Amino acid sequence: MAPTRRDFVKASTLAAAATIAGPQLLKADKPRVIARSTEIYADDLVLEALSAAKDAGAQYADARIGRYRRQSLNTREHQITGVSDAESYGIGIRTLVDGSWGFAATANMTKDSVVKCARNAVRLSRAAKSTQRRPVELAPTTPVKGTWITPIKRDPIDVPIEEKVALLFATNEAALKVPSIRFCTSGLQLLREVKTLGTTEGTLITQTFIRSEASFSVTAAGNGTTESYSEELPPRSQGWEYIEELNLPGHAAEWAQVAVEKLTAKTVEPGRFDLILQPTNLWLTIHESIGHPTELDRAMGFEANFAGTSFVNPPEKMINKLQYGKPLMNIQGDRTQDHSVGLCAWDDEGVPADKWLIIEKGIFKEYQTTREQASWVAPLTGTKHSHGCSYADSWDSVQFQRMPNVSLLPAEKDISLNDIVSATDRGIMIRNRGSWSIDHQRYNFSFSGQAFYEIKGGKVGGMLKDVAYQAVTPVFWNSMDMIGGKSSYWMGGTFSDGKGEPSQSNSISHGCPPARFRDVNIINTGRNV
Amino acid sequence: MSSPKSLFQQPASSFLSRDEAKTLTDRILGFSKADETRVSIRSGWAGNTRYAGGQVTTSGDTSNTTVNIQCTVGKKRASATTNVLDDESLRRTADLAVRLARLSPDDPELMPELGPQTYANISNYFENTANLSPEQRAAAAKKSIETAEGVWKGANASGALFMAGFLDAEAGATIVANNKGLFAYHRSSSVRLSNTARTPDGTGSGWAGSNARDWSLIDPAFLGRRASTKAVSSRNPVAVEPGLYTVVLEPEAASQLIGQVSGALNARSAEEGRNAFSQRGANGGTKLGLKVFDERVTFYSDPADPNILGDPFDAEGFPQGRNVWIENGLLKQLQYDRFWAQKKGVQANSGGGGGRGGGGGGRGGNVRMMPGTKSLEQLIAECERGILCTHFFYTNVLDPRSMMLTGITRDGTFLIEKGKVTKPVKNFRFNQSIVQMLNSIEEIGKSDGASPAPPMRVKDFNFASLSDAV
Repeated sequence: MAPTRRDFVKASTLAAAATIAGPQLLKADKPRVIARSTEIYADDLVLEALSAAKDAGAQYADARIGRYRRQSLNTREHQITGVSDAESYGIGIRTLVDGSWGFAATANMTKDSVVKCARNAVRLSRAAKSTQRRPVELAPTTPVKGTWITPIKRDPIDVPIEEKVALLFATNEAALKVPSIRFCTSGLQLLREVKTLGTTEGTLITQTFIRSEASFSVTAAGNGTTESYSEELPPRSQGWEYIEELNLPGHAAEWAQVAVEKLTAKTVEPGRFDLILQPTNLWLTIHESIGHPTELDRAMGFEANFAGTSFVNPPEKMINKLQYGKPLMNIQGDRTQDHSVGLCAWDDEGVPADKWLIIEKGIFKEYQTTREQASWVAPLTGTKHSHGCSYADSWDSVQFQRMPNVSLLPAEKDISLNDIVSATDRGIMIRNRGSWSIDHQRYNFSFSGQAFYEIKGGKVGGMLKDVAYQAVTPVFWNSMDMIGGKSSYWMGGTFSDGKGEPSQSNSISHGCPPARFRDVNIINTGRNV
Repeated sequence: MSSPKSLFQQPASSFLSRDEAKTLTDRILGFSKADETRVSIRSGWAGNTRYAGGQVTTSGDTSNTTVNIQCTVGKKRASATTNVLDDESLRRTADLAVRLARLSPDDPELMPELGPQTYANISNYFENTANLSPEQRAAAAKKSIETAEGVWKGANASGALFMAGFLDAEAGATIVANNKGLFAYHRSSSVRLSNTARTPDGTGSGWAGSNARDWSLIDPAFLGRRASTKAVSSRNPVAVEPGLYTVVLEPEAASQLIGQVSGALNARSAEEGRNAFSQRGANGGTKLGLKVFDERVTFYSDPADPNILGDPFDAEGFPQGRNVWIENGLLKQLQYDRFWAQKKGVQANSGGGGGRGGGGGGRGGNVRMMPGTKSLEQLIAECERGILCTHFFYTNVLDPRSMMLTGITRDGTFLIEKGKVTKPVKNFRFNQSIVQMLNSIEEIGKSDGASPAPPMRVKDFNFASLSDAV
């Protein structure tokens, strides 16, 4: 028989004397967002699942209930082009039997169904065992109990749809008033996720995540051509107050003006230039050329059949050895960063959110890890615990290693973007992300942007177009010789980083100051197309 | 452990039966206060097994039923989705759809929901796929891995071959019902298996994959052997100068490129001057009836074709039949959704490129290129000098009007000299117009049965630069 919630709490309190209440992020005073079922019901189902998994032979199990509400709204000029509102609810149960993983998930949230699902997960573990070569060993973690909620002022899902439509229409209207602007699109993507995780080691936590994002893009016509511009509006772990702070209607005309200026931009002469990347462009380059290659599962070949491997491999030749960049380069993995979309109190294995240096003073130090992976590199790094990078994008997805927020730390000195421009004799400055392409080992890449400016004699000159920079990852990062200080730091990010089979989507933020890269190869994309 | 089976028993991969689906859709339609309501349901099971380093790393079995409720109020329409099937949630979702619809502006292109329809009887549901057990999947993974490792040992190479792969099966029902009396129910299954083998020195990589409705058509040993053979022979690639080359595209590589053709079959997009089948400079003109590709090129869709086995209806319940889109290089017809067909005074058709389908229909997945007769080996044997491509990575559209694509070759790129594969070459980035490619065909090969495109040999394929990635 499954234990009751009271039995479980009593037993695990005795067994896990070291149980902690949760990391400092715990916001006990915030209201709890619990979707229709009560939390006790979620806890009880989780405990049923864990008990059934143990009875069926699992040495370890975790059960995760997720209730997701995703809303998106897209408009074009004066029309709504798409509205979607989707709810998804279910449980995923992961088991470890003799060192092999199994996973099963169901949306049928009855006790009988959950018990059956747990037994099925154990069956999958046993099937996997038949191929086992190296058993899974989990790095230790202290069981935790607690709740956490994204600090917000207003739940974006609860904002009336009428208010959302009015905001977007006002934004489009403001942009369309700018002469030469022909088209304008804007949108909102909003998420509320309530996730309860329990493990057979005694962890039992419920977290509520709220995330919000807006988008804006305009097209100008004139001078015999058309040009588009998309503003970089990063997703945040914040409520409706963030969307309001963005003040889309107030900025729309200014953003639209950039598209108009692009109409008369001159096409770039390809060659080698010093490159000044604004944070609105650099965050994606960090994501693709540092975030992905420092995922330990990629480096070890776990993604070989899909997303690819990594040039940061093998670990013994890379850790403390690979010179990724100059000493001014410090890259931090961090799931504690305020407002970042990777923000959480615990990961999907109940490991507290972590903050650590992936690259320190230009030298590669540590990969991103989960509990399973920590031991693979512990002898090289001395880090025995997981860095808390386990994540699943849905109740019916198995958790695996996903990127935390990965950010370039600012300089100690308070250097501004203007200081970098002033110190640059001949260069190109790039704003916002454009098209991108990188190979399957994250080595050779090509990135574009939304707006490009010529830098001459320490001053910002005219606008350029058809610009892309192409480089090899370590060469590029070793050419970075100047970065901004704290006040120039900005955080970009995405809701949709794909990895894994079946493919899962992860939310991450990347913060950085502006930075200068010397002697980078610039191509003219206009000729290629 | 086995259990008795009867005709009435649900398989292990349980999903809504026709009767259960009818009961559920009737219930939902009863909750809706809209003028017109359409309920679309996907109810199914998926089982996957993923492996790397020669062992299963993750595997999962999931089941879910997702309900989308689309409501029309006057000329306004919107939808909402849930997988919580109690009355309260379904009622809330139906109410939300109505509320969203009321907020939306009138849709001038809105077409009324269809009444009852008749569909072709297509059997693309296979019990052996729907019941593919975790044990069978693990055994298949093991078969792929061990066969691949056997090839590696046979090559007398040192170190251990790294094998990674993915087996993914699914089975379920697609249901469309509305308050005009339409009820469409169809069950289907599908499975795919792919393998990547990498050599321990990190210089060789090979891929092989296949997909089917019927699990018995997938051969894990063959796919393991093929990935491994490619990995072994792709070690230590040499750099070849980028430029224009004759290429032999394996079925997977060709399929990754010809997907563009299916998208361009959309009549409206062609008539609005937005794709490769638009007449340049002529307002509203298309290339209908004109020669667009080499005369050996034929594209068709047919859900009943044994090599396609698609679904008999689209997202709005419109019946799908056989359509020949391009015949012997001539653009025979374009795909008209119900709104555009009515506006243009032609018959609506379905199954071609992605159209709106009068409110959400139009699938592009069933278009297939007619194969030739020669084997892949013959295509290579008749090539004087060229590049053999296994598949591509990060394929993106540069310009839809010329079907210009970019991407990178991956997991087995070789030089062909005097009819023989002579050496592995470093991967390339390509920038290539698919219109130009389908006008530069030297030979179309025999279908592999699984891929939408047959292998082909084409000349003047544009490799723009080299990539060091293996």
